[in-house]
Amino acid sequence: MSAANNVNPPVVFTQDELAWVSWIDPLPEAELTERHFAGLVDRARAKSEYFRLLVRDPEVLEARTKTDKDIFYNVADGLPRAERELAAAATSRYNGCIYCASVHARFASTYSKRRDDVQRLLDEGVGADLGERWNAVVKASVALAATPIAFGPDNVAELRRAGLDDSEIVDVINGASFFNWANRLMLSLGEPSK
Amino acid sequence: MSTTDIIDTLAGIEPGSALDAIRARRLQARENAQKSYLSLFEPIDAGDVSLVERAAVALFVIGLHRESTVAAFYRAKLAATADGARLIEAIEVEIGRGETSGPYGAFPAGPLSVENKAGLIYRVSADRKAVLGARLAAAFEHAHLLVFRPRDAASTDMKALLAAGWSSTGIVTFSQLVAFLSFQVRVVTGLQVLGASLGRTANAVAGA
Repeated sequence: MSAANNVNPPVVFTQDELAWVSWIDPLPEAELTERHFAGLVDRARAKSEYFRLLVRDPEVLEARTKTDKDIFYNVADGLPRAERELAAAATSRYNGCIYCASVHARFASTYSKRRDDVQRLLDEGVGADLGERWNAVVKASVALAATPIAFGPDNVAELRRAGLDDSEIVDVINGASFFNWANRLMLSLGEPSK
Repeated sequence: MSTTDIIDTLAGIEPGSALDAIRARRLQARENAQKSYLSLFEPIDAGDVSLVERAAVALFVIGLHRESTVAAFYRAKLAATADGARLIEAIEVEIGRGETSGPYGAFPAGPLSVENKAGLIYRVSADRKAVLGARLAAAFEHAHLLVFRPRDAASTDMKALLAAGWSSTGIVTFSQLVAFLSFQVRVVTGLQVLGASLGRTANAVAGA
């Protein structure tokens, strides 16, 4: 178990950089083998407590990491990176993952140059009015995050009215869905610290 | 890929269709969503989480989402897993007991507390605990938390799993399993909805 005494948990959503502290033991860096490094994909991730925890199951981590990277970083076509990050931040805001929201709100701000709008999403929640296109992305992400899933034809129609084509809608579906994966790991295996 | 793409199968995406072409533009994501599925259900090493535990958790998690196509797939998977068929009836009763709407739960005490939302704290019934065993019973209670109220998770939940016989590596695999399924069922449902809207557009054009 980690030293809970050193944790200073944030109590609001923020774009500040946060640390993340594991509740169960990550693998020590010295014990990592080539199988583990394959799972980490980027060797530098061996420095991260989160990835050294997930690398306890290297094959799942490797596949998850490669899924993540293509959904968010493959911008040869489809939805602009800023709006993929917006889908991730909105999903994290709705599920309640302060850590994930901080990272992806920062990315959304960087790529969109709309830092104040991103901050309103964090401060006011998923009902903040961010303009037609962003509202449609946020609403679709929230509908996908609900259990049972509430995403339906109205969300698709709204995204189309906001100017998204079908491949961009698939990027919203992928980005928002992926954060239902990421949020659950970050929220349940450890906690953020300021 | 040695097997059919599970997301395409469950979402009803046909080779050569518009959605097939769109998914092909994110080939690494498509292939690695499939590899995630395979590494969870056909792992190299099932020492920390058995195959029947994986299939049982999958049926429970997807059942809670009330997506019938995906649930039928994981029900069949559990039925085909050694020692799995005997668990189905108990799991379906527990799905019925666990059904609710999420996400809900509490935020860290402070300004966000006004957004706290109370809801079901699911516990496996005593009768079914005998059928499922201590490890699966603890897993189902934690899976329900992950599905509906992940923001309620606390370090004590890790201790409960460890006390029920889960190893640290087993907890990581089991958490990945529930989290992956939360992703997979949403991609499937999202693509089904989008695909149906394309079908309507195509029919409308054909009928015009």
